[in-house]
Amino acid sequence: MKVEVKAGQDVRKLVRGLVKEKGHEKAELIPILQDINSQLGYISDEAIQELSELMNIPLSHIYSVATFYRMLSTEPRGRHTIQFCESAPCHVAGGRVVWQKLQAELGLENGETSEDEKWTLITTSCLGVCGVGPVLVVDHDIYGNVTPDQVPGILSNYE
Amino acid sequence: MKATRSMVLVSSDQDSLDRGALDVFNALQQQIAAFGLDEEISLSMISEVSKKPQNPLVLVYPDAVIYGSVTPEDIPHIVEEHLYKGRVVEEKQISPYDLTGRIAWLSARKGTLPAENRIVLKNVGVIDPESIDEYIINEGYEALGTVLKEMTPAETIAVIKNSSLRGRGGAGFPTGLKWQFVAATKSEKKYVICNADESEPGTFKDRLVLEGDPHAIIEAMMIAAYAVGADEGFVYIRGEYGLAISRMAKAIEQARNYGLLGENIFGTDFSFDMHIHAGAGAYICGEETALIESIEGNRGEPRSRPPYPTTAGLWQKPTVVNNVETLANIPAIIRNGAEWYKSIGTPSSPGTKVYTILGNVNVTGLIEVPMGITLREVISIYAKGMKNGATFKVAQTGGSSGSIIPASLQDTPMDFDSFSKAGVSLGSGALLIGDENVCVVDLAKVLLNFFRFESCGKCNPCRIGNQRAYGTLVNISEGVGTLKDLDDLLMLSQQLYDLSNCGLGQTAGSPLFDILAHFRAEVEAHVKLKVCPTGVCPMSGRQVYQIF
Repeated sequence: MKVEVKAGQDVRKLVRGLVKEKGHEKAELIPILQDINSQLGYISDEAIQELSELMNIPLSHIYSVATFYRMLSTEPRGRHTIQFCESAPCHVAGGRVVWQKLQAELGLENGETSEDEKWTLITTSCLGVCGVGPVLVVDHDIYGNVTPDQVPGILSNYE
Repeated sequence: MKATRSMVLVSSDQDSLDRGALDVFNALQQQIAAFGLDEEISLSMISEVSKKPQNPLVLVYPDAVIYGSVTPEDIPHIVEEHLYKGRVVEEKQISPYDLTGRIAWLSARKGTLPAENRIVLKNVGVIDPESIDEYIINEGYEALGTVLKEMTPAETIAVIKNSSLRGRGGAGFPTGLKWQFVAATKSEKKYVICNADESEPGTFKDRLVLEGDPHAIIEAMMIAAYAVGADEGFVYIRGEYGLAISRMAKAIEQARNYGLLGENIFGTDFSFDMHIHAGAGAYICGEETALIESIEGNRGEPRSRPPYPTTAGLWQKPTVVNNVETLANIPAIIRNGAEWYKSIGTPSSPGTKVYTILGNVNVTGLIEVPMGITLREVISIYAKGMKNGATFKVAQTGGSSGSIIPASLQDTPMDFDSFSKAGVSLGSGALLIGDENVCVVDLAKVLLNFFRFESCGKCNPCRIGNQRAYGTLVNISEGVGTLKDLDDLLMLSQQLYDLSNCGLGQTAGSPLFDILAHFRAEVEAHVKLKVCPTGVCPMSGRQVYQIF
């Protein structure tokens, strides 16, 4: 899902294009940040600076918004992000052992990115697919009724 | 609890016991076995059914038939006729109107089976959600036509008020009253917002409505807009709901093409257009003022209230904010009238409620049933019993901000008034059912972890209180808790309730209160005996958090 930011690729140009498309209104800030996040994989400092100048919104405000929402990241992430639901319905349905297996398979703690930049592992609050808990989401793919045995197979689907 | 065809309950309050309830119970047990029905029929004692002249009582579910003044001699006949042949023994039946106590609500049911009754989910899974034509064929936009052509805004509000529809987002505020407030506020510009930021753990009813019947929401928002004098609307859908967002976008596009959105709708003076705002991942944005802040491009931090959104909402203009499920009721109420709506459910909470059933039961998923159904009925009828024949121990109702309740409250009717009397929150309608392997300390730990993560951080009681309560619970689960910790948890619970700015903080402490009110012995075992009775907690003896 992450687009490689090659050296010299113009982050500022991307931001300028988005602001031109959506407008300068403050109400467009979050939609623009969402687009930057999905295209770059995260929201870089450079992007925040450019946005601040174009939209005439203080850097502090943009940074506070970008760090507030769970789906926005100000840190680079791995090629694939694994979100594991840690809310009560998935927990009661057997989520704890799946989480332990995930951590062991990847050798990662919550919030960490692997050294080869393949995986980022994060816990998340309820994703609204509680009928099939425990639930984990890799990029945009949702896996339900997950058992610890299934974890290696799920991970092997990703390059 | 296994899946059973029928449930038989015997009253076991002191009066019934004095009058031989135990003999009746034994006779039932014997006769049910004699007919070979013990696999199909469950038998249990139930307290607090206090109609003294007719004790002991025998109740048969799901038929909701009540037999009064039952003696052991009556049992063979009742078992053979009713349970075996399916014929009600009328000479022993008593009127449900005579009941008092926790099951007095049976009268509202008029002795009938609480069948699924779909209003909100009427079209979901039945019509093609991407076809406006299918929606129109199924009575779609009919209510909008009626309202625009035949009713004044005041008449529209009157119908909703008379229907006694209450908000389905959790708080249960009367919808008609909310509309009236906005209508009464003078302003050039007003907004209608559909709150589809469904983030309450264990709830996904709104997602299914958005994915399955998006035009119903558009129609309802337009009716609301006409009633209050608004001309612009927003649907705030949580960002994780990709399919819901794309279906809603398509529905809006179709409605525009058909001239249902835009200027002079149906040739009247009424104009309305609407937009989607996708959330970016924050539980707190389900709180209406935080949601408004988020649409405006800010952090989702709740505002101080008053002023309420009804007078100063989006961009400080009067704003109606309604939940998806609430809105999905509107077209049906306009089409069928307030009296029809009031005939469903209980007198104080008319209509249906969509519940999500989750946890250690055989069937999980959504049901839409009249208000006033009980947890016992939900588990045995709709959820087809507990998984692996386990015992029902604990339920968490209404998502994280709801309540943790013990099995003894499973006969309380689930409507706004009965639940609030019992000190329980109906919340968003999530029903998380736990068996005897669920540890209440572990459950509370998961919930408080959720709140400390989702607290927006604006006010101190919530930001610090949740962190501290979580740390205390972790220590208890590691076997280093003290009795003072339990007092501290109760104090934190009260302070969160008293001092937090918004509903998140105010309800965050309720799991602490609930586990100590209903499961104190189990919590104390962690502290006094350093034992987790269910074997879930690590009990390592390691102090993880330093609490000052």
